[in-house]
Amino acid sequence: MAFFGFAHGVHPPEEKGLTSGLPIRRMPYPEEIVLPLRQHAGKPAKLCVRVGDHVERGDPVGLADGYMSVPIHASAAGTISAIDLWPHPDGSYAQTVHIKVDKYAVQLPRPRLVPRWEGLTVDQVVKAVQDAGVVGLGGAAFPTHVKLAPPKDYKVHTLIINGAECEPYLTSDHRTMVEYPERVHFGCRVMMHTLGVSKAVIGVEKNKPDAIAALERTRPKDLDITILPLTVKYPQGAEKMLIHAVTGVEVPSGKLPVTVGVVVQNVGSLAAIAEVFDTGLPLIERIVTVTGHGLTRPANLIVPVGTKLKDLLAYCDGVTPDAREVINGGPMMGMAVSNLDAPVLKGTTGIVVLTSDEVRAEKIYPCIHCGRCLDACPVFLNPSWLGDLARVKRYQEMADHHLADCMLCGSCSYVCPSNIPLSQLFQASKAALRRVQTAGAA
Amino acid sequence: MIILQAVLILGGTALVFAIFIAAANKKLKVWEDPRIDVVSAMLPNANCGACGLPGCRAFAEKAVAGGIQVSKCTVSNAERIGEIAHFLGVDAGQAVKVVARLQCAGGSNVAVQRAEYRGLGTCEAAAAVAGGGKGCAWGCLGLADCERACTFGAITMNPEGLPVVDVEKCTACNDCVVACPKDLFVLQQLDHQLLVQCKNLVQGDVVLEQCTVACTTCGKCVLDAAPGLISVASGVAVIDYSKIAEAEESAVERCPTNAIVWLRGAQFARQPALSSAEAA
Repeated sequence: MAFFGFAHGVHPPEEKGLTSGLPIRRMPYPEEIVLPLRQHAGKPAKLCVRVGDHVERGDPVGLADGYMSVPIHASAAGTISAIDLWPHPDGSYAQTVHIKVDKYAVQLPRPRLVPRWEGLTVDQVVKAVQDAGVVGLGGAAFPTHVKLAPPKDYKVHTLIINGAECEPYLTSDHRTMVEYPERVHFGCRVMMHTLGVSKAVIGVEKNKPDAIAALERTRPKDLDITILPLTVKYPQGAEKMLIHAVTGVEVPSGKLPVTVGVVVQNVGSLAAIAEVFDTGLPLIERIVTVTGHGLTRPANLIVPVGTKLKDLLAYCDGVTPDAREVINGGPMMGMAVSNLDAPVLKGTTGIVVLTSDEVRAEKIYPCIHCGRCLDACPVFLNPSWLGDLARVKRYQEMADHHLADCMLCGSCSYVCPSNIPLSQLFQASKAALRRVQTAGAA
Repeated sequence: MIILQAVLILGGTALVFAIFIAAANKKLKVWEDPRIDVVSAMLPNANCGACGLPGCRAFAEKAVAGGIQVSKCTVSNAERIGEIAHFLGVDAGQAVKVVARLQCAGGSNVAVQRAEYRGLGTCEAAAAVAGGGKGCAWGCLGLADCERACTFGAITMNPEGLPVVDVEKCTACNDCVVACPKDLFVLQQLDHQLLVQCKNLVQGDVVLEQCTVACTTCGKCVLDAAPGLISVASGVAVIDYSKIAEAEESAVERCPTNAIVWLRGAQFARQPALSSAEAA
């Protein structure tokens, strides 16, 4: 079979067996839902409710603030009990709407008109997707409607659908493809129609044969959709790696995928688009993989957005005594959580609980210049050199050496025999550069 | 004979270049005020940038040209500044002592540590991982990035993990302000004694679950101070330093958490001493 992959990358233990065979279940509504207004890339939503208001499931609590923004909707019926600053999974505090969930509500959304997508213009589809608050469900939470209307200067020829899910432990996309392949195809149909492309490729890593089979079985015969089995390697699901694996073309540094004529969308986001044009329901719940050896009962769950992490962990029968660290996202790119009051967001792909055995803090040794990080870096940077620069705070030089191309995939940290936390250094350096830039602008 | 040839060729080449260099020196010479060198030698040459110029040489050039008051060099002492001013025959100007102040008093004894951070021991790296594990997302992480950044050795970490600024040594060079990923340092005049040592924007008494010296926005200081001096905006007390002349110590007396303080010299240092004095 032909090789569909990319150069470099790493092979971390997959650990997907914990949840890959578990069907998606629905989690019961928690007592309180907390909805931060900042859940997506771009401007936070604008508050549109007051304390004491009653909201039905699917009612907006925050409205889109401009084009690079999406609204936030109530994920359960209830009463707005407070609007305050509340812990955000990224460690900061963000303006948050608290909903006291009505225990006896039937949790049916208000009857709404479902737009028939065939008759809509591009602008109307974009508007409908924005109004539904759909963002990329792969983790970055980039507003989906922006991808539906690429700049006019570029001709899009292929829609690439990301079902790689290369991150260890996570299986939410996998289960979506196995259980809801029709939704993925329906979302794909709407996107192809809107983008005006005739060709779509769904990239799935070869370690998910059941997902590939399910997508093949339900593949619409009237559309040119290819299901492409990809080499199992991390970070296969990174946008630029996926484009390279599917088309063989490299996206230039600092440019968007649309410059090479492709748009990439996550399978979960397609399922969310399908939901919008199927039932009219906005993005108010998502599939989250709750897993890890530190968790009593791993599961793939449909979780209302805004469920507190502690409620989620409690529903999975809590953590084991040797649990040590809770990670929001996967173990490679995810971020440790410092406060379990923080909620599940639209971009939360999974929650991984690691045991103390797995999070040993190893002693950091000096760089021995072995070059393994160079062989691992999927964007061909020199992490060893960048790490040296980061330690002496020469951030501008790091920027000159293409720090901006680093997507913090963690491959360099993973292979480093000296245990140097390169990825963390780069993350801190990026933050420092941003601080310098904003200070310079002010 | 060959030796002579070599000497002549090399010597001739040297002569040609010497004439060229001499001509260039005449033609391209840039006259520089000789006082710049003298003033430059009298400056501390720490090149700290506190004056806002890219180094001591640049400061000397500007001082000689009369573009900046000599007292703007905050690193030098008054005696030295006087000498430079006397040498240049200008008024030294009024030097206002400015020092770095930390807008956080949440040491490990009073602030909740919600998660354990293990990793690179710098504030910058810790702040990149979920804010660093401290209960208060705005508070000092205590990993001493500022101490390492300080060129003058003015910052030392106290046992509670807070940086204490030595007001004698601090030159207000701004390095700690840049180094702190939580933006907790401000440069403030030493005679401005009123300071809010908290940046936590959570309102009300729930903030005490994070830190017992946090501002609860109770507003007592606003009532006790001169009108308009202190206001409570977006979750924390804010001092309007344009009205600082009206400030009195009585404003901080009713603060239930000591989030707003009346400074005498260094921060934090006097707090234990005060309580024992009060007890006596």
